[in-house]
Amino acid sequence: MEKISGSQAIIRCLQEEGVKIIFGFPGGAVIDLFDALMDSDITNVLVRHEQGAVHAADGLARVTGEVGVALLTSGPGATNGVTAIATAYMDSIPMVILTGQVPTALIGNDAFQEVDIVGITRPCTKHNYLVKDAKDLVPTLREAFHIARTGRPGPVLVDLPKDIVAKMIDFPEKKPIRMQTYQPTYEPHPGQIEKACKQIIKAKNPVLYVGGGVILSNASEELTELARKLNIPVTMTLMGLGGFPGSDPLSMGMLGMHGSYTANMAVAHSDLLIAVGARFDDRVTGRLDAFAPHATIIHIDIDPTSISKNVKVDIPIVADCKHALNAMNTWFNTASDFNRDQVAASHEPWRATIDEWTKKHPMSYLDEGEIIKPQYVIEKLDELTHGDAIITTEVGQNQMWAAQFYKFNKPRQWATSGGLGTMGYGLPAAIGAKMAFPEKTVIDVAGDGSIQMNIQELATAKQYKCPVKIAILNNNYLGMVRQWQELFYNKRYAGTVMEVTPDFVLLAQAYGAVGLRATKKSEVEAVIKEALASNNTVIMDFVIAREECVFPMVPAGKATTEMLLV
Amino acid sequence: MKHTISVLLQNKPGVLSRVTGLFSGRGFNIESLSVAETLEPTISCLTLVTRGDEAIIEQITKQLHKLIDVIKVTDISDSEYVEREMVLIRVKAEAQTRAEVLRVIDIFRGKVVDVSPKSYAVEVTGSASKVQAIIDILKPIGIQEIVRTGTIAMARASKK
Repeated sequence: MEKISGSQAIIRCLQEEGVKIIFGFPGGAVIDLFDALMDSDITNVLVRHEQGAVHAADGLARVTGEVGVALLTSGPGATNGVTAIATAYMDSIPMVILTGQVPTALIGNDAFQEVDIVGITRPCTKHNYLVKDAKDLVPTLREAFHIARTGRPGPVLVDLPKDIVAKMIDFPEKKPIRMQTYQPTYEPHPGQIEKACKQIIKAKNPVLYVGGGVILSNASEELTELARKLNIPVTMTLMGLGGFPGSDPLSMGMLGMHGSYTANMAVAHSDLLIAVGARFDDRVTGRLDAFAPHATIIHIDIDPTSISKNVKVDIPIVADCKHALNAMNTWFNTASDFNRDQVAASHEPWRATIDEWTKKHPMSYLDEGEIIKPQYVIEKLDELTHGDAIITTEVGQNQMWAAQFYKFNKPRQWATSGGLGTMGYGLPAAIGAKMAFPEKTVIDVAGDGSIQMNIQELATAKQYKCPVKIAILNNNYLGMVRQWQELFYNKRYAGTVMEVTPDFVLLAQAYGAVGLRATKKSEVEAVIKEALASNNTVIMDFVIAREECVFPMVPAGKATTEMLLV
Repeated sequence: MKHTISVLLQNKPGVLSRVTGLFSGRGFNIESLSVAETLEPTISCLTLVTRGDEAIIEQITKQLHKLIDVIKVTDISDSEYVEREMVLIRVKAEAQTRAEVLRVIDIFRGKVVDVSPKSYAVEVTGSASKVQAIIDILKPIGIQEIVRTGTIAMARASKK
């Protein structure tokens, strides 16, 4: 067999796994890998900061469902990636991160640009490896991809010492991967499915509580079928948005801290909560003992540790969401001793109660004439993109308004840092998404604070002719923290006033992008239209109502029924 | 409640740190931990004593199982089991106490493994409570140094 270099073998592995684009930043320890990449058909996107590389790969992974790949150098290159790796880990995003490492002989010697990245990322990766023998390179890479994309997905890091990737090796044939210690459970237990279905038939006030697991397992169709068949209202977590069509009458929107009044009331009054691929996060549950206090809880999750972690579950189903929902749909389609239409009809009174809540407190905001309300901007984005754009966000108020007012009707059109809440996520993620789907409109909804955390990626967008649109909801504040200070800290705005903010229009121009600004409500539509029509990267700077708050809001530690409303 | 958990894991660098990192990161406690190779040199057996209510122990076992390098997790205290710990104690043994120390060691079926003019080093094996008992008894005489292995445990074979 013809021998190839370790780095060539790694690139061949990437091709074998179907990788088309990788995001990276070079350095001494990875020159070999970059060199080998040059001879391949893989697009190598040079970012401007390693955090951007990993976020971009993450954005690509979220919108495509494929494994995102980033390539970073040793030492600072690797540590710069850590925030973004942790971001992907918290949201269970399939990724493989390749990091360079100093030659094996120098490991542990405090060599130049040496860091124990395997040690550092142990708690924020699904798994990680340091390859110390060249013959392990290919099997390790294959295993890394396998682990990243199966079970509950997550980022896997492979640390590659410089001497190892330089060695000449045989490229072993690909065989199916079977790991003794890692065998995620995909198929649900039929007994548990039957138990769950029977409980659903009995329920008067059922609610489907849907999380990111539905997106990750591509189970939207199965979920939609179940909800519609049995007339069960659906609420989604931040990560679950798009898992069920947002404009369907059964959708109650998002639940939790900034969820809709309807969704939170419905969960609080439900007698059956069907959690699908969600993890009962504190931002969803509020005060735990007041969360769904009357409900029997069914929980479908592929990760057994998610079940009964925060809330005691009555009917656990360890399985892939798609498989479990499929099994439930089949059960309802074939079981003979009940009338499906009758069950659906029996939920009508519950639907009526829910409609009352929506009528009483719909998702809304106060219009203030020519002052631009951020919610209005999102509504206009939704309208002018026909709800069809891929939306990424930064973190904070911008993120919540986007989640509340854009109607996500499809899975994988929404990429946001949910678990970790990483400011600076949106722009690189948008670039990753746009690289994956050049024909789609990709918009990063940002704040004036968070956009500055990875603003350097504008250059990446320009270099790769990646016309993402950035909508900055500019209030000259770190708005979400300011909101907490207004509500709970006597309006003491400690560290939240952005006294100096760049002129984003000029900044865009400095990067060769287009900068547009709206200061009046009547200008918003024209700005969005111009941005969407442009084939360039565009920053839209919307100067919004400065002290607008995100409502409804469940104060931290309160019951979800104790909402502050508009 | 106290639980003794037995974990089979891949005998690879960094695996122990995944286990201990899990405990520190999630705020679980470790009372003792002991780890060594099994018959199969690529597999290690780790015995870990921890405390927590049912929900915490359930999380601990699930989280351990989730680690990619972990092969098997058994909460041994769920069934009948034998546990042993070994302790080495250097105890003061001067003219007036030497006989007394030997008597105590004898009662606990211990062994003297090192002798000096002023001390004995003693080896005692037993359950954690027996080990604690001899420590308590020797303490007034004067313990100079102590090293415990931590508990190891094994489920009892089925009686059928």
